[in-house]
Amino acid sequence: MAKRSAPEVNAGSMADIAFLLLIFFLVTTTIPKDSGITRKLPPIEENDEDVIIKEKNIFTVLLNGKDQLLVEDELMEIKDLRKAAVKFLDNGGDGTCSYCQGAKDPKSSDNPDKAIISLKNDRQTSYAAYITVQNELVAAYNQLRNRRALELGPKRGFPDMDFIAMEKAYDDPKFIGNREKLKEVIEQIKIEIPQKLSEVE
Amino acid sequence: MSKFKSKKDNSLPAVNTASLPDIVFMLLFFFMVVTVMREDNLLIENRLPQADQVEKLDKKYPISYIYVGKPARGYEKFGTEARMQLNDKLADISEVQAFINSERAALREELVPKLTVSLKVDREANMGIVGDIKKELRKASAFRINYTTATGEATKNLD
Repeated sequence: MAKRSAPEVNAGSMADIAFLLLIFFLVTTTIPKDSGITRKLPPIEENDEDVIIKEKNIFTVLLNGKDQLLVEDELMEIKDLRKAAVKFLDNGGDGTCSYCQGAKDPKSSDNPDKAIISLKNDRQTSYAAYITVQNELVAAYNQLRNRRALELGPKRGFPDMDFIAMEKAYDDPKFIGNREKLKEVIEQIKIEIPQKLSEVE
Repeated sequence: MSKFKSKKDNSLPAVNTASLPDIVFMLLFFFMVVTVMREDNLLIENRLPQADQVEKLDKKYPISYIYVGKPARGYEKFGTEARMQLNDKLADISEVQAFINSERAALREELVPKLTVSLKVDREANMGIVGDIKKELRKASAFRINYTTATGEATKNLD
């Protein structure tokens, strides 16, 4: 019997099959991008020493089981919280804070370093409300830090960058510029306007 | 003259598509490699709240996920109250410490203090369970936490 060569397989449809798979993976791919509000929990402390903090340096935020907001013993809408928190942090009552632009009300906080925001919530508080309040408080800190960054930046060679942009640039491996200097500016702002957010149990 | 004429074909030659499969396969492999299938099969509802003051979670450092929400459709036998999910199963609050320790055991030593716990909590859950989890995390000395949220207007959460 004569030797017959096997017929060549037609590979013309290979591209179609590959396309099919490609489209499947394109559609199912979700590139995970986790972002959120990062917090550091306080360690459990053994000693129960009470630290004495002046009443005027504490900004109490209470979120009850019906998601109602009580700020400094007064009912408040969530949309007004950011402004109230900025006003409290930026007060500069004792005059030691050169970068504060607040009212310098002696009845409110002394300076941003001493000002503490105390957040208390109920077991029935919804998580959505809690996150909204956290978000507004972080926004208040960020607003002040951004303002400070825009003041400091031009003097240190980082004009037109707010605090968020600075942090982003610092994390960006493609950032062209003096990374060390940028870190100094970021650290200085963090020291000048520390995030002192305490959660009551 | 016709002898010479027939040699030259004036129509454009068809583009050779023989390398098309190769190109497509290249793309295919790219997507196959970057695709991350979701590691946990969710047994609970998990609609994250929105926030706009968010920081990106750094993938350089290890992340452990804790999911909270009420049991999803098909899992109603677990009740209607918000529950916590660790890995692939619903768990009790008391299991958080063991979970954190097992996550730590899988890490290289220098990365252990960098472990971040990402709390993926449904927007309708209440703070009671979240508070309990936070307390357990403190007991397990896992202090770095992240309230993972979607990006968007925070005030829309309450609608």
